Amino acid sequence: MEYVPNILFLIALIVGIGFFARNVKKLSRNIKLGKDVDVSDNKSQRWRNMVRIALGQTKMVVRPVAGLMHIIVYVGFIIINIEVLEIILDGILGTHRLFSPLGGLYDFLIGSFEVLALLVIVAVVVFWIRRNIIRLKRFIKPEMQGWPKKDGNMILYIEFVLMLLFLTMNAADFQLQQLGAEHYTQAGAFPISQFILPLLDGLSISTLMVIERTAWWLHILGILAFLNYLYYSKHLHILLAFPNTYYGRVKPQGEFNNLESVTNEVKLMMDPSADPFAAPAEGDAAVPEKFGASDVMDLSWVQLLNAYTCTECGRCTSECPANQTGKKLSPRKIMMDTRDRLEEVGKVMDANKGEFVPDGKQLLGDYISHEELWACTTCNACVQACPVSIDPLSIIVEMRRYLVMEQSAAPMELNTMMSNIENNGAPWPYNQMDRLNWVNE
Amino acid sequence: MSEQLTVKTMQQFMAEGKQPEILFWVGSAGSYDDRAKKISRAFVKLLNKAKVDFAVLGPEESSTGDVAKRAGNEFLFQMQAMMNIELLNGYEIKRIVTCDPHSFNTLKNEYPGLGGKYDVVHHTQFLKELLDSGRLTIEGNTYKGKRITFHDPCYLGRANSVFEAPREVLSKTNADLVEMKRHKSRALCCGAGGAQMFKEPEKGDMDINVLRTKDALETQPNIIATGCPYCNTMMTDGIKAHEKEDTVSVLDVAELLANSI
Repeated sequence: MEYVPNILFLIALIVGIGFFARNVKKLSRNIKLGKDVDVSDNKSQRWRNMVRIALGQTKMVVRPVAGLMHIIVYVGFIIINIEVLEIILDGILGTHRLFSPLGGLYDFLIGSFEVLALLVIVAVVVFWIRRNIIRLKRFIKPEMQGWPKKDGNMILYIEFVLMLLFLTMNAADFQLQQLGAEHYTQAGAFPISQFILPLLDGLSISTLMVIERTAWWLHILGILAFLNYLYYSKHLHILLAFPNTYYGRVKPQGEFNNLESVTNEVKLMMDPSADPFAAPAEGDAAVPEKFGASDVMDLSWVQLLNAYTCTECGRCTSECPANQTGKKLSPRKIMMDTRDRLEEVGKVMDANKGEFVPDGKQLLGDYISHEELWACTTCNACVQACPVSIDPLSIIVEMRRYLVMEQSAAPMELNTMMSNIENNGAPWPYNQMDRLNWVNE
Repeated sequence: MSEQLTVKTMQQFMAEGKQPEILFWVGSAGSYDDRAKKISRAFVKLLNKAKVDFAVLGPEESSTGDVAKRAGNEFLFQMQAMMNIELLNGYEIKRIVTCDPHSFNTLKNEYPGLGGKYDVVHHTQFLKELLDSGRLTIEGNTYKGKRITFHDPCYLGRANSVFEAPREVLSKTNADLVEMKRHKSRALCCGAGGAQMFKEPEKGDMDINVLRTKDALETQPNIIATGCPYCNTMMTDGIKAHEKEDTVSVLDVAELLANSI
């Protein structure tokens, strides 16, 4: 009977991690629906970006208040994981405070976890107030109604409760240590949870043990549950921020990719020796490539990774000139729509033995409207603002390409502009021979 | 009406068997737009003054295709790009300067992948070179004591991280440079990019250029300096929307410098 807790713990651990692994597999399958893109270049620059932007949080602090508090929660999360390692080992081995032989270092570690836990609680409360009381503009935009709003708050509640459980566990442990309870090694420093002690005054050892064990179990089960919540939440960024900053843009923001499929056709058109009626070369007879994107499968896998990485902070949208002037475009919504559609495609695949069968829907039109796409000034403010190197602009451009090249569905004025370029080599209807008139005016 | 400018085409250089120091890519706006033509003239005035041996393509120049690309017409862009590249490579062009950040961006970043590799600079960068090397010197204090605020063009600043050259050139005019609340990498777009220049804006509660000129007017400037013909148009219209056209003027960095020498 004495091994029952160990076994229960192992089962919980295996189930928790197993489910998580299953979700990661699904995540990776969905991302791989995107087109292949070569990201093998600039390796050292990419590593530097990841270290600087994701690990170093350099873009978070552009907004100092949110940035500093985010760093607290982030550092808290990473460092407290050392404690989680101890908890997991204790759980498997049936030990208590396995790392306590570290002595002074152990006291220091536990003490710092406690301070961090308190700071995380403070930050989380402030974050909640910003979302629900102050109602910062970027948190109450139309795309944040419903699930995104609940999700945002849910994450804060979970973090709050986890930290509270951690401190309660320590407080009960500390009290048990002072009462000399068997099995409770004298170890750790409790700069924060000592203040909870008065609440535990007069409780018997057995009651305290129930409190300590309950908090311990809820804490670790909560962490496992949170791990599995990630896949359904915007909170996935805590994992994906790292690959996303690695695979993010390493070229100047102004540089848009040149579509290779177009290059091939243009070269053929401009080559005087090319035979326009020639049969396509062997093996080249595949379906002509679709230009631009109307659905998630037309985007690159990096763009789909972008969508899963988005944590809906809305910095992009709050910097977007179109959004600031009341247009429908919101770069954050572009990312959220892309993820929602990708999830939907994933579900269709699940229901059809892993094969995608057209479901009569697509990203363009059903999620993202023409009006949103045409409101963009391609100014890159959204790209610049993103703390995890997401590029909403590239998706907008891909969809414009589809509208123009596959559907000829540009606004009328733009069609006029483009036919002027075709006819006169300028967006206005002036004669190319007059290009130098300005010299003598 | 105004002073005579010396402008030679690449064809003329070819006929003389010479190569220019640099090619001035005038761009469609600089060639046809009435306001932007003045910027081209101001820039050439400076080039003439500094005795820069430059060429233009003249009637052989054609749209870079940039605006078509931003609008989603990759076909048209690449057609234009390949035509221009054939021409530029035929003339063995090494270095290009342009007053249009959109041409600058596409020539610099998007042409190389299609076979057009040149050293491309924005005119504010080139003017800074001319000032630094002493080929251009500022005489007079036309703008001494004037408040000038510089509006960063998206495709010069954010897109290509050129923030200092225009500011350094402006500081040489002895004017007082004042920064808008959002500037450099966080500057707000003027509203013309992404082919917006050629269409009506989508429904909203304000035009972007009106919002951006509001940023500029908060610095209480005498002059709003620009480095892009499209920004210039947008800011000029914005000033009119705020009914400030009598007290605030919108001038390109090249014009401000040309008035200072």
